[in-house]
Amino acid sequence: MTETKEYPTELLKCWDEAKDLRKSYYEDYLRAHEKGGIRWAGGAWAFSSIPAGLGEDVYCVTGEPYGATVAFFKDFAAQCHDAVEAAGFPRTLCAYMRNYWGSILLDKFILTDGTVVEGAPIPDFIWQDHICCSHGKWYQVVKWLEKKRGKEVPMYCVDVSVGYPSPNEKIEDYKVNYIIQQLDDGINWLEKVTGREYNDKLLCEAVWNEMKATSVWAEICSLNKAIPAPLDEKSMYSLYVMGTLMKHRPECVAFYETLRDEIRDRVKRGIAATPYERFRVITDTQPPWGFLKIFREMEKYGVVSLGSLYTFGLIGMWEFKSDGTWAPKTLPKKKPKTREEALRAIVEWTLHKPEWAHFYKPELKTQMIKNIVDQWKVDAVLLHYNRGCEGLSVHIAENRLGLLEAGVPVFPFEGNMGDEREFDFAGTMARLTAFFESVGLKKITE
Amino acid sequence: MITAGIDVGAKFVKVVVLKDGEILERAKALVGFDVLKSASDLFESTLKKTGLSRSDIKKVVATGMGRETVHGKPPVNAEEVVSEVVADAKGAFRLVPTVKTVIDVGAEEGRGVKVGPNGTVKDFVINERCAAGAGTFVEAMARALEVRVEDMGPLALKSTQVIPMNAQCCVFAESEVVTLIHSKVSKEDVSRAIHDAIASRIGSMVLRVGVEKDVVLIGGVALNPGFLPPLKKELNADVIVPEYPEYVGALGAAIIASESKEG
Repeated sequence: MTETKEYPTELLKCWDEAKDLRKSYYEDYLRAHEKGGIRWAGGAWAFSSIPAGLGEDVYCVTGEPYGATVAFFKDFAAQCHDAVEAAGFPRTLCAYMRNYWGSILLDKFILTDGTVVEGAPIPDFIWQDHICCSHGKWYQVVKWLEKKRGKEVPMYCVDVSVGYPSPNEKIEDYKVNYIIQQLDDGINWLEKVTGREYNDKLLCEAVWNEMKATSVWAEICSLNKAIPAPLDEKSMYSLYVMGTLMKHRPECVAFYETLRDEIRDRVKRGIAATPYERFRVITDTQPPWGFLKIFREMEKYGVVSLGSLYTFGLIGMWEFKSDGTWAPKTLPKKKPKTREEALRAIVEWTLHKPEWAHFYKPELKTQMIKNIVDQWKVDAVLLHYNRGCEGLSVHIAENRLGLLEAGVPVFPFEGNMGDEREFDFAGTMARLTAFFESVGLKKITE
Repeated sequence: MITAGIDVGAKFVKVVVLKDGEILERAKALVGFDVLKSASDLFESTLKKTGLSRSDIKKVVATGMGRETVHGKPPVNAEEVVSEVVADAKGAFRLVPTVKTVIDVGAEEGRGVKVGPNGTVKDFVINERCAAGAGTFVEAMARALEVRVEDMGPLALKSTQVIPMNAQCCVFAESEVVTLIHSKVSKEDVSRAIHDAIASRIGSMVLRVGVEKDVVLIGGVALNPGFLPPLKKELNADVIVPEYPEYVGALGAAIIASESKEG
């Protein structure tokens, strides 16, 4: 290896803003009724801009980030697992889903600073979509659990199983129309169950916000091509999450624009995320949330994780350009002005989300990872065989083979994003150390 | 130049001392509850046999799952630690320069390593949280069969029929062995079934990184004659077992010590 260079580092200036934004998101949901507002529950993939048309005082909590928050606080997560297993659910189910259910069963709600509040808030309605076999069932069980707590929670679920287009392929109209029709029906349903009049202007704003937020996040990820990388993946987890919570909100757009400007400035000044960057990796799928210290251990070898298809593409919107490169998706020229335009715009936009490739086209997912490897100058890929998420870990072994075939060093490791009982930290570190040694790295700092 | 490698494994600690690249001494001992004491005692007794003191040794490199125990800690004072994968490749390459695949089956872990030029690591795989592909499994099954662990291999070689074992884990396999015993299946056939099961586990794991000749088997389980035939069959390849296969990791560590700039 070449001599180890030390890069200047700085804390992110907008770090506290990110923390506050996330904190108030959960607190707003908790106190929605006190503020005279309403609240809904659903997944991070749900079309969150649609309920936004019900008013400015509509608060949501998205299930997967909440499941990840639970996982981060291991004691509370263990209580959730016990509660779910005592209720008869198997531990092989989606770990986020189990954490979420556990919180309801315990009737406790955890905030981002680890404060556990008595009384898990009951949503006024559920707004969900079927991205995988767990996501639809997830909220059917929530509905059932809430009924046991004495409240009938209405639920609407959108079927999005129309596949994923190949690069630059246009999605067939009948597929787009199928989802638009469901969303249009969903708006009528929202009016009925909330008794509120729907506001198309708010919908158009929310859709435009979502498109901008997801595009700007992709721009931010693109800036990580710089050497040294201005962001490391552990920090990105605290930033991309805003898009999973409130991608349709103006606060999200404003925050991402601030962050993008700060990252641009870091690139310009050569500010690094980690001081000893000398080996660049990316990961895949959700990390084991209770063990993010693994990234700090990697830094001791001069290894920086620049992100992943997951952190780049769960929220960020991308497209293949005519020269074959993978880049942030270009925003439409015009902001939608009517309900019809807004629904069409958000459906077409959402169906290009790179993460669909996990479900439908493993070879395309491999191609995207290869693009990241080439364009971001990545040295190796760490693949998380995530037992906690059947959706995003499907085909992952095929991705490994595709990457190996392309000559990319791959380190697979087993774990679980939300259940620490299925992650062996010491064993994983031992294997990871062996991997780093096999590519010629030695520990730089203790 | 004198260097040493110490492999602090799950069950045994092994020491190899090299002088000008040639093996001066090798020794092994069981690892007790106090890992540092076990490693230190063996290291000191090995030095005593050679008439050397620690200051005569230019560099010590430690490997094995307990390598950090002796890292910078007297009397071993290992200056550097390397993973088993790196040490295995280096040691096997010294003994069999044509090696392309190393299979290391120890007490707690099984590993497959694809070896590149000069004993470097091209790729590797390690078993995940399962003892059914490691030496501990043989020990547990020996207890179930009420035979000595060293008799397991010879017993398997006397088997006259193939009994498939379906269990996928060490715990359930023990239940299956008990069932076989109650079904009056001979100890020889049960022993063979056990070795077939381990070979199947290890074989399928190694095939994930690909098997390229020459294949070298190392680690304590390489001393078990009952393991070799089913492994060869599983890999559809000849398998070379070098002399003193359990010392290859320690040998690799000692070679790395001699090759390093500071060494």
